[in-house]
Parts: sequence; structure tokens; C-alpha cells
Amino acid sequence: MVWTIYISFAGALVSALLPKDKPVLARWFALAAAVAGLAIAVAGYAAGFGQARQVFVDALWVPSMGIHFLLAADGISRVLVLLTGIASVSGVLFSWNVELRTNQFFAFYFALIGGVYGVFLSGDLFLLFVFYEIAIVPKYFLIAIWGSTRREYGAMKLALYSFVGSAMVFIGLLAAYVTAGSHSTTLAALANAGLPVSFQMWCFPLVFVGFAILAGMWPFHTWAPTGHVAAPTAASMLLAGVVMKLGAYGCLRVGIGLFPHGLDPWGFSFLGVGSWRDVFAWLAVIGIVYGALVALAQTDFKFVIGYSSVSHMGFVLLGLMTLNQIGVDGAVLQMFSHGVIAGLLFAIVGRVVYDRTHTRQFAELEPMHLSRRLPFAAWAFVFAGIASMGLPGFSGFVAELQVLVGAWQANPGWTICSGVGIIVGVAYIWRALQKAFFSDALPTAHELEGEQHHKFAPITWPEYAGVALLGACTLAVGLYPRILLDQIEPAVKALLAGGAQ
Amino acid sequence: MNYAFLFRATLPETALEIAALLVIVVDLGFLRKAAAATRVSVAALLGAAGCAASIWAVYAAGWGSLSNGSYFVLAAGGSAAVAQIAILILTALTLLLFIDTGFTRNPGEYVSVVLMAAAGGLIISAAQDLLVIFVGLELLSLGLYILTAFAKQSGKSAEAALKYYLFGGMSAAFLLFGFSYLYGLSGATSLPRVVYGTYQASAHGGTPLLMIALVMIAVGFGFKVAAVPFHFWAPDTYEGAPAPAAAFIASVSKVASFALLISISSVALHFLQDLHLTGVAVVVAFVHQPGTPLPPSPVLHGLRGAWPLILIVLSVASMILGNLAALAQSSVRRLLAYSAIAHAGYILLGLAFFSWTNASAQAILYYVLTYGLTTIGAFGVVGVVERAAGSDKLDSFLGLQKRNPLLAAVLLVLFLSLAGIPPLVGFWTKFNLFATVLDHGFKIPLSSMQSEALALVALAIAFSAVSLYYYLQVLKRAYVMPAADDSPIKVHPVTLAVLLLIAAAVVVMGCFPALLQNWIANFYA
Repeated sequence: MVWTIYISFAGALVSALLPKDKPVLARWFALAAAVAGLAIAVAGYAAGFGQARQVFVDALWVPSMGIHFLLAADGISRVLVLLTGIASVSGVLFSWNVELRTNQFFAFYFALIGGVYGVFLSGDLFLLFVFYEIAIVPKYFLIAIWGSTRREYGAMKLALYSFVGSAMVFIGLLAAYVTAGSHSTTLAALANAGLPVSFQMWCFPLVFVGFAILAGMWPFHTWAPTGHVAAPTAASMLLAGVVMKLGAYGCLRVGIGLFPHGLDPWGFSFLGVGSWRDVFAWLAVIGIVYGALVALAQTDFKFVIGYSSVSHMGFVLLGLMTLNQIGVDGAVLQMFSHGVIAGLLFAIVGRVVYDRTHTRQFAELEPMHLSRRLPFAAWAFVFAGIASMGLPGFSGFVAELQVLVGAWQANPGWTICSGVGIIVGVAYIWRALQKAFFSDALPTAHELEGEQHHKFAPITWPEYAGVALLGACTLAVGLYPRILLDQIEPAVKALLAGGAQ
Repeated sequence: MNYAFLFRATLPETALEIAALLVIVVDLGFLRKAAAATRVSVAALLGAAGCAASIWAVYAAGWGSLSNGSYFVLAAGGSAAVAQIAILILTALTLLLFIDTGFTRNPGEYVSVVLMAAAGGLIISAAQDLLVIFVGLELLSLGLYILTAFAKQSGKSAEAALKYYLFGGMSAAFLLFGFSYLYGLSGATSLPRVVYGTYQASAHGGTPLLMIALVMIAVGFGFKVAAVPFHFWAPDTYEGAPAPAAAFIASVSKVASFALLISISSVALHFLQDLHLTGVAVVVAFVHQPGTPLPPSPVLHGLRGAWPLILIVLSVASMILGNLAALAQSSVRRLLAYSAIAHAGYILLGLAFFSWTNASAQAILYYVLTYGLTTIGAFGVVGVVERAAGSDKLDSFLGLQKRNPLLAAVLLVLFLSLAGIPPLVGFWTKFNLFATVLDHGFKIPLSSMQSEALALVALAIAFSAVSLYYYLQVLKRAYVMPAADDSPIKVHPVTLAVLLLIAAAVVVMGCFPALLQNWIANFYA
């Protein structure tokens, strides 16, 4: 599985060196590299059934500081590596029409993917942080060079938010390393170092918020909608699909894994909030409801999806804060599910629709009658929308149900409040569907004539392939969730047990 | 002590001086009629050869040190050797970058001044005596004033040199004044005896004279490392000086000055450790053995009391002002100057929490070496772009990735390293330095010092997050925004080779951080 990382970075390097004027070559090379990564991820995933934690590489990297080049994977990591593989292949498919500096595009793209694989496979806190930071810079360039609406603003905002978050993580990391005696930075060593409870109490929120910024936790989510909207399709897919998961993964693996006592009660409570756990759970609930409500009010198609991501990532964070088996299982499953569904939604909006209509405003999309002119887009969006609403049979349903059950066990108030978010979730998808694709007004003769002159380009094979890949994944997990849960459950159990010591 | 011994101990400096004279003789004696390009190349290569010979001399000297009776005058080995080798390598690199510039018609004189200034740098890296320190500092500084003024056709160069000279002269006066108080307090010029003398003089409470002396000295050193509030010369000098001279000031002079601060801090600490003093307050904190009770009344004693406090004040001011002011710059050279001020702030933090194990010295040297290397590369790129575009404004970098992809890639690597993005070396140096500060801070058995160390490191990290913004402003123009002028930029092959070498070193040392750390650690064995 470690070859996913090496292949991605090698892919980035080779892409950068490919001749500038041969976009076709760059594309096929990128597809080959992404598929190779996915194949390894699938093989590694399949080999991981019934296995606990696998260690792939363990070499002393910086002996004087006890930093290990330690790559390992448990069930959670394997699921997320699989997700990254899927997202990277579909991202390449949906960037088939990038003509500007194609080789550079894929160079940054694979640098980002390599960093993401690295984070999910790191068994050393320091290495994890290194990969985490590696992923920041390519995002900036992907958005700033190939993006659309207010791209430089969106890109800089995203980069600075990410960097502020990672600075917080960095402080926590240094403090934990030094407090634990400056011997080793492996996650296992730090978790067993017996960090004092008073230390964990301040270090946990610092690190958790640092990672949660990237997971889109309210009120630090504002980079997400602007970044998603500004990004080119493939980058929005990756941002929503895997980069936000980096944050959530960090919250789980580092925040909860290393500082479990940071979640203990403070010993006093204020308005019913008596621990960091309550604080973050309520922030997650606010994120769920707020994201959904704001999505309902958008006039830009992509902003709807952008805010829906904030809402869905709220479920991940809520699931983490339940601290019980079913809730955390649900959170991990939701990471996968949202990665696939959000990728699909962004692909349809950004690639299939926007690249043909050159607008994302509902007011301008309504008179275009897209359900007739782009039936494939319309029905694909219906499919993705239903998955996003969380209807049974799709992955979102299983994941959100588990989160809500877990939340009920922890605090019924959380479940009740986030239920509102689900209902609003149905409404904003419905509204988007209607405004963008199925408007009521019948086309006038004038419009019909205009349509004859401006035929949209036909749907290309990479689009079919990408939609099919992502759609199949959400459906497969929805119908047979055990395929992921079998790996997630033991890993979560081990993590929670380790945290409870 | 006889002259043969003196010669052997100062072999590295002597080698540089001989090379400097040789460059002048060859340039003025044999090449007066030769083409300008030949003269520049010959002078630069001879200078680089002189640096190589001097590096050999540092090794060959067998780390023999020069002493005056019982106390060292020039130290050898350890931090001094690391800093000297670094100074020589960085000097050679700036000389190679000189080959492709045409700002002067007197290449021989330029190179020989560079070499003499570098000799001053070698002296202060090793100096253990107040007078030798001052002589070395002046040798370095005078060279830098001349180098800043070397572009005779440029008004900016003259203005920058004059400002630099006036500030420098003033700060040297302060430094000398401070030294004279130290001499008055301790009756000695040798560092260990000065430390001992100041401790005795202030044994019954801090003396105002010592405080005045320390503040005066802080003015002098603060000027050398461009710490706020003694930084005013830096932006003007970085902007006005010819590019290779600016690179020299930003790298070699920085390394030498920090090496000097390291040796002063080490002397102060080793001295206290030798005496097994369980003094009070900060002194205690640094040498306190677990198990022994803390003395009741904390009074600041000796050189260790006020000094860290002064350094912390300078450090915090530099981090904040350097990073914030850099945000507002439109000239890349000024941006680099303010970023240099910010980096000096981080390093001063390492000096304020200086540990008597070699960890602090190594971490600071590691930081300043790689910082110097990166800055030379950055000035190399700026110099090339400046000659193609006519100015160093941010907009000169528009579309660099199209005009010269290699140059843009070098810029990307160097600036990301300055911002501290892994896996580049700038990240490791920051991590190493901050970890050392925290590690040392947490060992002090005073909880207020622990939280102070943590707060300061948090501040430093927060401001290095700010710094990403202005580094990205340059990279944004190079990579994102469209070019105003599409014509390709040509780079002299030697310059390109040096820049690629530096960028490759930044990447390799970042991926294998242990390489350089082990190399440094070897000198302390």
C-alpha cells in the first residue's frame, strides 16, 4: 500500500517534466498513475480483511529526534486510502478537458494526492504532519491557476486557513513531543507516554481545532464554500472528497487517539456544556444545521454543494464526539460516503453542467431547460442528490444513521437538533434539482430556436466513466455496508480502547 | 606563543587574505586588458579557490586553538568550526553568483573585499576575547559597507551604503561602550573572565552598570543580526546593494554574527556549570540540579539574568514587526529583508533559551546555515529577474514559470523552504529550533518559565503561518498570474548551476534531515 504514496509523488515529478505542448500524453499518463494507485489501494484493502494493524515500513528517519519513517495502516486508514484512490481516478477523469498547462495541473494534482495518501498511512505523528503540510501548497496552486470565480481570493483563503490550522497542530505536536520526553514521535509511543491530564486538557482542543478547520467545522468553515466554488472541478472533488477528510482523520487519530483525557469533563458545566466533547459536538450540530440552511438560500449551484459539504462534515465530527463504537464507525463511514457523493455532485455541477453552460446561477440555468438538453446530467444529479439526502440504499443513509444512533446514546439533544439538518438537506437538494434541471416553465419558441444554434457538447466517455465509478461506490456501500464496516469496526474498537486506558 | 603558532592557528584567515591579495595582483597585474567577463570569472574562481583552501585549513588546523596564557583568544572545533566552514561555503557561492553580474568594472577589488570581510566573519565565529571580537566585527562590517556601495552607477547603492555605514558606526560605538563597562566591571577582556567578573560584581544584587553594559551590547549585536528595533538599515541595504553583495550580507554576515552570539552564550553557561553554582532565579533555572532546594530570594545575577530577557524582547519584536512589515512590501528585496528580520527573531528565541548541552548551539547553527543557503539562492533568483525586468518589484516576477520554468521552480523550492513547508529544509530547522527551546524551557523547574517558553514558541509558529502569505504573493506572480512580457529569461550557466545546486540541497537536506544534523554534531564529538 505504501506504493500509493511513491507512485503519486513520482507521478507528480514525471508530470512536471512532461513536454508542455502534449496535453493528451499528460492526461493518459495521469490516468495510468491514478489507476495504478487505485489498484494498489484496492489490493491493499482486500488484503486487509481480518487484519489488525499492518506495518509496512519502519525506519529511523531522524535518529537524534526519534522520528520514524513509519507507514502503517489499520482499518480506518485502509478505508480512507481506498477513498483516495477512487477520488483520484475520478478526479483525473473529470479533468480530461483541462487544456491550460495540463502537465503542471497533474503535477500539482499528484503532489496533493501523494500527501493525502501519506497522511492516511503515517504511523508517526511527525510524518503525518509532514504529509499534511505537503498537501496544502498544491491546493493553492490548483485553485489559483485553474479555478474560476474569485479564484485567487478563494485559494489564498484556503491556504491561510489550512496553514493556521496546521500551525495550531504544530504547536500541539511540539508540546506533546517535549512533554513526552523528546524520545520518539510515533503515535504509539506518544499515546503510551502517559501525558498528564492537565496537559491533554489544553493540548486536545488546540490540536482538534487545528485539524477541524480543515474538516470544515463551524465557525471555521468559511474557507470551504469559497474554496470549493473557486476550485476547478477536480480540485473541488478532492477538497470535498479527501482533503476535508484529512482534517477529520487528524481529529480522530491525533486528537482523540493521543489526548483522550482532553475529552474528560471539566468538573463544572456552563449551559449544559461540561467538557470539550460537548463544545465540539454542539459546534458540529450547529455546522450540520447551519450548512444546510445556508445551502438552501444560495443562488450559485456550486455554493449549494459547498455548504452541503459543511453540513455533511458536521456529521463526521458529531460522530467522532459520540465516543462510542457505533457513532465513530458512522463517522468513518460518513467520511467515505461523503467523499464519494460530494465528488459526484461537484463533478456534475462543475464539469458536466458548468463547462457547457458557463454559468452556475440558478436564474440563468432555469431558462436552459437542462433536463431536456442534458438528460444525463439531470438524472445523474437526481441519483447523487438522493444519495446526498441519505435515502436508504445509498452509503449516506447507513453512515448518518449510525452517527445519529451513536449521538442518541451520548446525548439525545444532539440527534434531535441534527435531525433538522437532515430535513433541510432534502429541501436544498430538491430546490437545486428543480431550479437547475426541472424548471416548470415550458420553453418558448424563441428559446427552442436558440437551443438549435447552441447545442451543448455531447457527454464524453471520461464523464460517463467517472459518474459510473462514483455512483457504483455509493450504491455498493449503501447496499452492503459490511464491505467497509468489517474493517472499520475493529479499528475503531482498538482506537477507543486505546483511548480509554 | 610564537609567530609560527599564531600562523597555524589563524591559517584559515590567512588563506583568505592571501587569496584576496592574489586576486588583486592577478586582476590588476595580468588581466587589465582582458575582457570584462574573463576578469570577473577569473576573480570569482580565484576567490572560490581561496575559500576552498581556507576550508582545508579549518580542517588541517586540527582544531588547535589560540590561547593567551590560560584563556582562549580564538576557539577551535565545535560551533566555531561549523560556522567557519559554513561561512566559507556561503562566501564561495556568493562569489559564483557574482560571475553573471555586470555592476562593476573592478571585479578584483570586489572579490578581495568579499574575502576580507569573510575573514572577519571567521574571526568573530571563533573569538573568545572582547577585543578580538571587536576587531573581527569591524573587519566584517567595513567590508560590508564597501560591498553595499560597489554599484557605483546606482544612486540607491550609495544611499544604502551611507545609511548602513552611519547605523553601523553608531552601533559599533554602543558596542564598544558596552565592552568598556564590562572591562571595568571584570578587569578582563577574555570572555570567561568577563563572565566570572560580572558574576562577582553583581553577587549582591544586580548592578546598574552591568545592565547598561548589556543593553549597549544588545544594541551592537542587534544591529548585526538586524533585530528590531535596530533593523532600519536592513531593508534599505538589501534593496540598494548589488545582488551578490546583498546575498553576502544576508547570509555570511548573519551566520558569523549568530556564531558569535552562540560562543558568548556557551561561555556564560559553561562557566556557570563548571562552578556548580546554584545561584538564583534564571541562573538557577539553567544550572539547577534536581533534588537541591531552590534558594529563597530570586535576584538576577551575573550575565545570565538580564541577557535572556533582552534577547526575548528583541526576538518578539523582530518576529512581529518583521512578519507584519513584510506583508506590505512591493519590492521583493525589501520583502526578503523583513523576512530576514523575522527569521532573526526566531533564532534569538533559541539564544534566549540556550541550553548548556550542545543542543541549542547545534539547532541554531543548523537554522542559520540553511537559512543563509536559501537566502543566497533567493537573491540569486532576484538578481536574474531584476536584470531581465529592470526592477525587483513583485510584478517583475509575473509569469516567471513561462519565461524560465527552471528559475521558477528554484524560486518555488526556496520560498516554500523559507516559509517552513515540509519536506524542505526550512521546516526541519524550525522544528529543531523550537523543539530545543521547548525542551530546554520545560526543564527549567519554574512553571512560569515553562509557560513562557511555550507561549513564545506558539507566537513564533503563529507568525510563521503569517509569513506564508507574503511568500505566496511572490509565488503567485511567478506561477498564477499571466506574464506581462513573454520573452524568455536567459540565465548564465554558472548562475543556473549554483541555483539548481542550492535548490537541490534544500530538497535533499529536507528529505534526509539527519545528514546535516549529523555533520554538525560530528564537530562536537
